[in-house]
Amino acid sequence: MAGSFDFALAIGGEAGQGIATPGNILTRLFIRRGLYFNAYNAYQSIVRGGHIFLTVRISDAPVYTHGDKLDLLLCLNQDTMDRHLGLMGEGTRAIFNSDSINPGNPRQGVELCPIPVGQVSGSRNRLVQNTIAVGATCALLQLDFGILQGSLEARFARQGQSVVDENVGVARAGYEYAQQNFTPYPLALPETDRPQAQWMGNEAIAMGAAAAGVKFYAAYPMSPSTGVLHWMAQNARDLGIMVRQVEDEIGVANMVMGAAHAGARAMCSTSGGGFALMTEAVGAASMMEIPVVMVDVQRAGPSTGVPTKTEQGDLWQTLGASQGDFPRLIVAPTSALDAFHTIPEMFNLVDHYQCPGLVLSDLLISEGTFSVDPDDIDMSPEINRGKIITEAGTGNGYQRYKDTEDGISPRAIPGTEGYVHVVATDEHDEDGGLISDEYTNPYKRRAMVEKRARKLNDALDRVPAPALVGPADADVTLIGWGSTQGAIKEAIEQLAADGVTANHLQIKWIVPFHADVVTGIVNAAKKPIIVENNYSGQFYRYLRSETGLTIDSHIRKYDGEPFMPHHIANGAREILAGTADVFVPYQEVNV
Amino acid sequence: MTTGSAQLTAANFRSGINPDWCPGCGDFGVLNSLQRACAELGLQPHQILTVSGIGCSSNLPGYINAYGAHTLHGRSLAVATGAKLANHDLTDVATRGDGDGYGIGGNHFTHTARRNIDITYIVMNNQIYGLTTGQISPTSRLGMKTKSTPFGNVETPLNPLTQAIMNGATYVARAYSGDIRHTTALIRGAIEHKGFALVDVFSPCVTFNLDNSHDFFKQRVSKLEEQGHDPRDWKAACERAMEWGDTINIGLFFQGDDIETLGQREPVLEKGGPIAHRDLAVTDEQREKIVRRMM
Repeated sequence: MAGSFDFALAIGGEAGQGIATPGNILTRLFIRRGLYFNAYNAYQSIVRGGHIFLTVRISDAPVYTHGDKLDLLLCLNQDTMDRHLGLMGEGTRAIFNSDSINPGNPRQGVELCPIPVGQVSGSRNRLVQNTIAVGATCALLQLDFGILQGSLEARFARQGQSVVDENVGVARAGYEYAQQNFTPYPLALPETDRPQAQWMGNEAIAMGAAAAGVKFYAAYPMSPSTGVLHWMAQNARDLGIMVRQVEDEIGVANMVMGAAHAGARAMCSTSGGGFALMTEAVGAASMMEIPVVMVDVQRAGPSTGVPTKTEQGDLWQTLGASQGDFPRLIVAPTSALDAFHTIPEMFNLVDHYQCPGLVLSDLLISEGTFSVDPDDIDMSPEINRGKIITEAGTGNGYQRYKDTEDGISPRAIPGTEGYVHVVATDEHDEDGGLISDEYTNPYKRRAMVEKRARKLNDALDRVPAPALVGPADADVTLIGWGSTQGAIKEAIEQLAADGVTANHLQIKWIVPFHADVVTGIVNAAKKPIIVENNYSGQFYRYLRSETGLTIDSHIRKYDGEPFMPHHIANGAREILAGTADVFVPYQEVNV
Repeated sequence: MTTGSAQLTAANFRSGINPDWCPGCGDFGVLNSLQRACAELGLQPHQILTVSGIGCSSNLPGYINAYGAHTLHGRSLAVATGAKLANHDLTDVATRGDGDGYGIGGNHFTHTARRNIDITYIVMNNQIYGLTTGQISPTSRLGMKTKSTPFGNVETPLNPLTQAIMNGATYVARAYSGDIRHTTALIRGAIEHKGFALVDVFSPCVTFNLDNSHDFFKQRVSKLEEQGHDPRDWKAACERAMEWGDTINIGLFFQGDDIETLGQREPVLEKGGPIAHRDLAVTDEQREKIVRRMM
């Protein structure tokens, strides 16, 4: 539940207008005051031009989405004004540079805040409008200017005193102009006693990997996964991580497999198109029994699709990645913080089971920016490398693929004296010798298939079952997977305000899947509704395949933009009213 | 760790599995040469990682007493690179065929060469796809008739030697597997060399390529060492690598000794030993630094 202070601002302009800088100045200022925030940047695959729209929602309690409404619109260009002013409601403000932007006709109760930037700043530099807008924003939030000044000094210190002075001067001009000419918001920006930190989801994934002891990371740049590579590259030398940008994703996946085979914890990230190139290696890792973790940050597909927009469209791609029939693990973290914790968890599992682990993030999680409590950043998770042999020995008839009771064969790392062996992508005997070519052997083939499959027999015991949140007898049960967690949670709060009770089942572990637990919950639900960010109901089809359950009510979205809480609340209302079975919300905000 | 093990002979590098290659296959000579080179260099089996792709020749790791990875078609260099970067103490030898290495794996060949990573890359080049029963490969001659080119190949073959030199490989050699002593010397030199070393070996397919047979090569090969070629002269190396006709050059075409390897350029490997052996924990100090930047 958002706190007593729940405020959202948005900054809109075109690529190249420097939207990130004011966004970053403001979010840093908010977290230093101990406020929580959730930011979503709607952007396009363009370096200059287009329309960028950064929404930042701030509260004195944790916020799980960028919300449904704006309180403040900062227009850096005419296009932003034209697209968004009509959506601003009573009590909101719109700040804009009146030298170059015409406001149009606002709805009643919207306060236009025109600033003649040239006159106020005394500068012709186009970028000063950003700093003026930040100053004006702080005035409207009744923030003492000294706090903004401190933030600006910290931000620009490295660029020298003259840059600091210029920015502080311009911000002060904007601040004072707003104080004199516009009405401040009734609630001043609050403060808590616990400063927060901030990260993007991709950084959380990278930090989770570092915490898990990943020592080899490879990638080919691909939106929206590239942030993981950037963090890794930036921190590689401090943390002793080998980071490589490789010629293609085929090379990435196979390099990661080579490093993992040689004993390093190794990971790669990509998006669906890159993952398509990696898929042959998924089966290879399973066949050779090499533990690797691959992250697919989903974007709207198919093919090149919409590179800068979100979707949950790769579930079946991961379920079906690579030819053949083999064990794999698949997880869909539900938030950036959850992703941070999930990566070490996944590494312990793949090391234990000696198989590939696939992580499904998406643009919403990976490229969102969020506040995070520094105390939640535990970089010393439990590390369990499974049955691994790294000490020299006599080997004594060592067999790499020994057909053990639990299917798990102790894994000797190359370089270890006494355990020389071959791993193979061909079907092989217990000692790694090929049984694929010269004398194929149906009995050994069957034994090896069963040995690999048997490894996951107890996997359900090692991942937590999903739990129903909320009253058991709720009118509606909203079922989501992965990144929809926050939007569903807030939708339930909105429904409660209308007197509709809803409970929530969020699925994180796809494979292994707690089918019995989910079946029990769904069978007890009055009105189960599945919420997912794709057209065909990929998760629903998976749920049905694993449980045989039929669910008639769905809320789906596939326009590239993430769910806003009201989309889900509206869908639940319509489904309850009997006016829709599959509800597809209308995306009001055209970004 | 090595525990004062005795000097091994080539026979000690036999795995005990008999190769499933056709009688007379050129790959026997390559396997034999690699085993001899390992013995001559005083290596122990556990210090070596052979990485192959898919194809007749890629079965090699099963036949040598060393750690081996028989990986995907075309991907051995990528796997070998990952393994070498994770444990640079390993002697990393990628072994494969021409279709695997120059065709489906061609992209990795280019980029692994330019990285100059310390890997020995042995390509058993028989100018044909053998395991798939005889189709053209990227090194098949123009006009060659195969099952996929019943009226003759109309594509120009690639030249792996000039490609390797131009892409930044720092040891580029060609051998003929019928001459085991010469092949052994070139493989040994490749393993000793610090940097990416290509040994392209004519390894005749006696079943599906009757054009490029043992007789074909025996009549044509000529050793550069006997021609006064200076392998430090890369222009001469390229010229000699372009020659193809009644005389086909084998030997060491190019060697650059003073070019840093990827491992030498990568500060992460400067201290702390192989990354695969390092402590996985993030220290409190490292964590503090990371979190501080986030606030």
